[in-house]
Amino acid sequence: MSDAGSIQVLIPTPLRRFTNGEARVSAEGVTVGELLSALDVRYPGLGTQVREADGQIRRFVNVFVNGENVRDRHGAETPVRPGDEVGIIPAMAGGR
Amino acid sequence: MTSPLDTAPSAAPLLLPVAMHDEIVAHARAEAPRECCGIIAGRDGRATRLYRLMNVEPGVTRYRVDDAELFRVYHDLNDRGEDVLVIYHSHPATPAYPSPTDLGLAAWPDAFYVICSLAAPEAPVVRAFHIVDGRIAEAEIVVDG
Repeated sequence: MSDAGSIQVLIPTPLRRFTNGEARVSAEGVTVGELLSALDVRYPGLGTQVREADGQIRRFVNVFVNGENVRDRHGAETPVRPGDEVGIIPAMAGGR
Repeated sequence: MTSPLDTAPSAAPLLLPVAMHDEIVAHARAEAPRECCGIIAGRDGRATRLYRLMNVEPGVTRYRVDDAELFRVYHDLNDRGEDVLVIYHSHPATPAYPSPTDLGLAAWPDAFYVICSLAAPEAPVVRAFHIVDGRIAEAEIVVDG
């Protein structure tokens, strides 16, 4: 059971080294940015994996709220509410 | 700085079912001259399912898996208790070795990066690597049943 008011966050395999191996964690906040800041307090280093120094989501990392990419909404300012499911996932990319 | 001489063998081999090996080659051929991309889900190091994924990069020299498709697939396999075993892509005209771009963008250190080269179209080459902190370690591929 999660705490009332908390938001579930799916942590991708490459970032579980910051969450003691946990695949799902919970945190609070009213925007994606606040949520990520709260996570970074509890799991130091996680936040900078996801955001640039200016707070924007890194170009090769994506954050989804209920399956929708926050890049298509308001980025780190995208609102979140209790019960939402947030997912973080690094891009898979390369080239010759 | 990386070259084939820097490639040290990785500890565990990749056990790759022959059907999935052949599917990677077929996908590479179908997508050429563009790069194809996809993943293989796994459980306890055993491949369970191959997903062809959409390359949203325009042109013929890069790949980026469609972000929303990747998230849906990852969400599903995570719910099943599986993980990303393999991230594969093709090099339609260059060797099966990670490029500087592959190295710079590798964000999944636990996965095998599999590259299928079609530089010799009738003799595709499939190789596997771990890419950790900008270092490349080749892994043996054991193609099985």
